[in-house]
Amino acid sequence: MRICVVGCGAVGSIFAANLAQLDDVEVWAYDLWAEHVEAINEHGLRLSGAGDLVGRVRATTTAQDLPACDFGIVATKSMHTSAALGATAPAFRDGAVCSVQNGAGNEELIAEHVAEVIRGTTFPAGHVVEPGHVGWDTKGDTHIGPFEPSPAPMEKVEALADACTRAGLPTQALEDARGAQWRKLIFNAASNAIAALTGLTHGQIAEPPTRELAWRVMAEGRAVSDAQGITLDTSPEELFDYAARKEVAYDHKPSMLQDVEAGRETEIDFLNGAVVSFGERHGVDAPLNRALTALVKGLERSRT
Amino acid sequence: MAIQRVCVVGAGVIGSLYAAHIAERVEVWVLTRRESHARELVENGLRVSGKHDFTARLSATTDPAALPDVDLAIVATKAPDLEEAARRLERRIPDATVMTIQNGLGAEEVVRAHGDWPLVSAITFMAGVRHSDVHVEYELDTETWLGPYAGTETPYELVEEIASLLVDSGLRARAFPDLRPAQWSKLIFNATVNTVAALTDLPHVSQFAAVGRPGDLGLLVRDLMDEGKRVAAAAGIELHEDPWEMNVLAVRRGETAAAAGHYAHVPSMLQDVRSRRPTEVDFITGSLVREAERLGVPVPLHTAMYRLVKAREAASR
Repeated sequence: MRICVVGCGAVGSIFAANLAQLDDVEVWAYDLWAEHVEAINEHGLRLSGAGDLVGRVRATTTAQDLPACDFGIVATKSMHTSAALGATAPAFRDGAVCSVQNGAGNEELIAEHVAEVIRGTTFPAGHVVEPGHVGWDTKGDTHIGPFEPSPAPMEKVEALADACTRAGLPTQALEDARGAQWRKLIFNAASNAIAALTGLTHGQIAEPPTRELAWRVMAEGRAVSDAQGITLDTSPEELFDYAARKEVAYDHKPSMLQDVEAGRETEIDFLNGAVVSFGERHGVDAPLNRALTALVKGLERSRT
Repeated sequence: MAIQRVCVVGAGVIGSLYAAHIAERVEVWVLTRRESHARELVENGLRVSGKHDFTARLSATTDPAALPDVDLAIVATKAPDLEEAARRLERRIPDATVMTIQNGLGAEEVVRAHGDWPLVSAITFMAGVRHSDVHVEYELDTETWLGPYAGTETPYELVEEIASLLVDSGLRARAFPDLRPAQWSKLIFNATVNTVAALTDLPHVSQFAAVGRPGDLGLLVRDLMDEGKRVAAAAGIELHEDPWEMNVLAVRRGETAAAAGHYAHVPSMLQDVRSRRPTEVDFITGSLVREAERLGVPVPLHTAMYRLVKAREAASR
């Protein structure tokens, strides 16, 4: 089995390095960061933290170098999905491509370039330490399932889940992975946007005066999810409170806050913006998510 | 009665602009909190730059007991400092009319709890930058609006006289028989523009009026203003000006200024956030939300903005 990770940042590297531990899987990585790619090819891709390992991964900045792959795992920031798939799509002519990105709306973009698409949601997280070396901060489950409008066959979804699980990344293949995806989206939209605008950590947001706001933002997300006929697998509110515990992620700065502080573009369009646009498509208004989207875009504008 | 002597309490941007200009016409005393501030004002005078350029000579003290009898006191502290300022005036300046200029609603009530002076409500659109204790830059030479505090006996003639004094001093001012419609227009404008600026870190620039595409910031500004307008309507207030029109106009003026090489206006709440000072959100958005609750009008967006700004303050402490 040949798998190409598209976008080899923290999450992409966690997938690539772990999958490279399997004898029956050949792992490629496509990323535009030349130093990272060079380091991976020279020394392997190293993870440290939640797990310490080095994976033999063949990395490239040039999409034309990619051989035909059975699977793609897309882990770019959401705003780069279209460009990355535009470049790499030829490698997936007979393959299935799975998103493990944040938010909603990525699979739609992937489906503009490839025929077999897998919806995915993942919880492992990390940070880039230096070229070729990623800190693996948290372990967590991954849920994948066929993307309904342009589905990969269930056998392929199961094969990918099996490979990931054997590699040490517990992954469930589901007929309907929307419940897992929207649970995480609803949670993330509340935590990330409020953090970006206030500078608070996740745990602080779970306290007054933002707690009630976060809950209202999640209620809008639930309404949009309900209107699509999605059954959430577990409660985003419980996840919010769980993550807010001191020993879990009280002090964690959600990624959107990190992006804003670094003057980077955020994934707001795929989080709160997605709640708004999926809501519009299904006749549900999400005024608080719309307000947060406009505010974060304003903040991006002043910072970039 | 002719206004012969004026006391200005609180010499931030707005207080300094009043004190310096009025001192060109009549005797002005500034009541400060810091000894060094009063001393510097007396020794160096108060310099105005920007739209006007002059240095005013005036008197200053930190001791309310040292104030002579004045005909008019302008209380120009920030809203959070109003209570203390009013307390310091207790049993002083018995013949004065007191004018409040704070953002939000309810400043007059705070003052009334400390004395039975005739009260004048005022709001100002002036803006500037305070460069030091003795130097203020006059940035926006827009109007001050004043009127008798609603429901009290303050004669309108007195208000007109104060307005004339301000105009004679080189400032812009307008007297209104009833200020509430204008107060509410400004409240809605302020609650919106200040919180949006404080959270986005954007000065009051053209994005605030952009409504062309989904997600444009102007759409949120308009939604917030519509919410505020529903509260005003429920309070039986017919707004003096449409806050959205005020916004569009201010943005256009700002663009002209920017084109001329001046900086875009940084709303006071954004200045506060940038300097990690407490903001006036409790008095601006807070007073709007409290009125909305009293009147039973839902204001989910302003409530969200209030919470976000409060949280932003907490994070930068």
